[in-house]
Amino acid sequence: MNGNMDSKLKLKKEGFGSLSFIIFGVLTLLTLILCVCVGSVNIPIIDVFKAIYSTIFRLPIPEGIAHSIIVSVRLPRVLSVALVGISLSICGAAMQGLLKNPLAEGSTLGVSSGASLGAVIAIAFGITIPGIPLAGTMIMALIFAFLSLVLILSLAYRLDFSLSTNTIILIGIIFSMFVNSLISLVITFAADKVKHITFWTMGSLAGSTYLNVAILFSVLVVFGGLILRFSTELNAFAIGEDNARNIGVNIKRVKFLILFSVAAIIGVCVSIGGTIGFVGLVVPHITRMLTGSNHKKLFPATIFTGAIFLMLSDLAARAILSPLELPIGVVTSFVGSIVFVLIFYRNRKKS
Amino acid sequence: MFCATDISVKVQDKMLIESVCFELHEGDWLMITGRNGAGKSTLINAISQKVNYSGKFEYEGQDIKYFKPNNFAKRIGVLKQGLSADYSFTVGEVVKLGRYAYSGGIFSALSELDEQMIENALEVTGLQSIVNQSILTLSGGELQRTFLAQLFAQDPKILILDEPTSHLDITFQKQIFDLIGEWLKQENKAVISVVHDLNLAKAYGTHTLLLNKGKTVAYGKSNEALSKENLEKAYSIDVYSLMQGLLGSWNGAKT
Repeated sequence: MNGNMDSKLKLKKEGFGSLSFIIFGVLTLLTLILCVCVGSVNIPIIDVFKAIYSTIFRLPIPEGIAHSIIVSVRLPRVLSVALVGISLSICGAAMQGLLKNPLAEGSTLGVSSGASLGAVIAIAFGITIPGIPLAGTMIMALIFAFLSLVLILSLAYRLDFSLSTNTIILIGIIFSMFVNSLISLVITFAADKVKHITFWTMGSLAGSTYLNVAILFSVLVVFGGLILRFSTELNAFAIGEDNARNIGVNIKRVKFLILFSVAAIIGVCVSIGGTIGFVGLVVPHITRMLTGSNHKKLFPATIFTGAIFLMLSDLAARAILSPLELPIGVVTSFVGSIVFVLIFYRNRKKS
Repeated sequence: MFCATDISVKVQDKMLIESVCFELHEGDWLMITGRNGAGKSTLINAISQKVNYSGKFEYEGQDIKYFKPNNFAKRIGVLKQGLSADYSFTVGEVVKLGRYAYSGGIFSALSELDEQMIENALEVTGLQSIVNQSILTLSGGELQRTFLAQLFAQDPKILILDEPTSHLDITFQKQIFDLIGEWLKQENKAVISVVHDLNLAKAYGTHTLLLNKGKTVAYGKSNEALSKENLEKAYSIDVYSLMQGLLGSWNGAKT
């Protein structure tokens, strides 16, 4: 009986400890403040607090501080960036677990490209839903993201049932190239409507509004929440789909709900920020080094690391060539491709 | 307690399994054996509902096709061959997943019984000392034992093993088979396992199903099913003499 007690103590708690929550939370908040302060015009921290404080409590705006820059330009942008960072990272982590493939992610699978095709078609042909701004673009992006996911995965299953890393990535790249050529085609025909081709291929969150923030937040709560509910199931999938089936997971249902949520989140993120590549690859990878692979710890940590990573990337995009601004996707792809090679190399060496 | 009636699996006009029947009673250990491509793994895949089949598998008179996934897992547990680890989970985390079928809502914690089953599974498989070790660092034998512990925690009535020891050395093979033998001594349990090694089939199995090209060559008590004539039919060589010869080489070494 003594042995029993010993090992019971050794079984670690599965959740994310409150101390980690506090540390990660403070780091995220500090990054957020830093990102609001620094830019083409640097604003002292105290002014940022004053501006936010007086806006919230509807006090008269103190003179001499760059109130409008803070409240109507930087804050919504930084919040959007943080939310997109969280969303894409959760999607990446979920796909990597579900497919048991550490390189799976929206941009490597071609889902993001698929979503941008949907968005571009909606804009080019003026597909809108009356009364709800952005809804036409978003729904088209969502549908195309889901269709791409289904197409890519069924193709991959057909070619290679074990869904090996190489097969998936190869199909993802080819699919992305195919879709990008279609995007260029659509844009050639409707050049006047879709001006910024780079926006859809490289991504940018400049000019985000509070409406964007609200949409991103709701989608994250609904679909991100749904994904987080399946942490245990994702653990089983990450060990192997056979293992998940064996312990009694309803494979088809869980898979469908996760893939649908991923498509919804990526669709919305792409229609607001364009294709911001590799976020879902880099963040879960780094986070896994801190927390291990258990999704019950990985997901909560990803919420913070995802926000921090993309906020810092956005800051770099604004600061490196200031006053010129780089698309945020340039920064994430730069970091992401290096991490991609590292993971690929390590996996190769292992097998 | 378990009964397979007229099972056939057809993939693209090719019959992988044809009209296979068998029965399983409490305490039985059924060995499925035969040459490569005889349909052994296909039969396991059919039971675990991975491939489409015709015919019927019944557990206590109920068609297992209509079990919900979690009810299925409470009755039938499957251990596949060639398990690999790609992500860094701990041994404890993997074993704990065995209780998935018994969990209630999302927020429900492990019950006393869950904890006890996990503890017990870790203890009998001798994994207590490495419970917090990453599965990436385990040897083949330890990894297999981890998944076996998960199955024990899952506590199904019927254990199905698809070549559980095919790539393990002889020490681990014996260890795993002895563990399963102990497990089988509990009330209301039965085991089905696919094995290549006829020695293991003979030593541990109470019954044997000998397959060749998807058809049943022999089925019955191990001693009767693994007769000289049946083995020759299934393997197209004189297996019996071969085995005797191999045994003889050991006897010779002794003196």
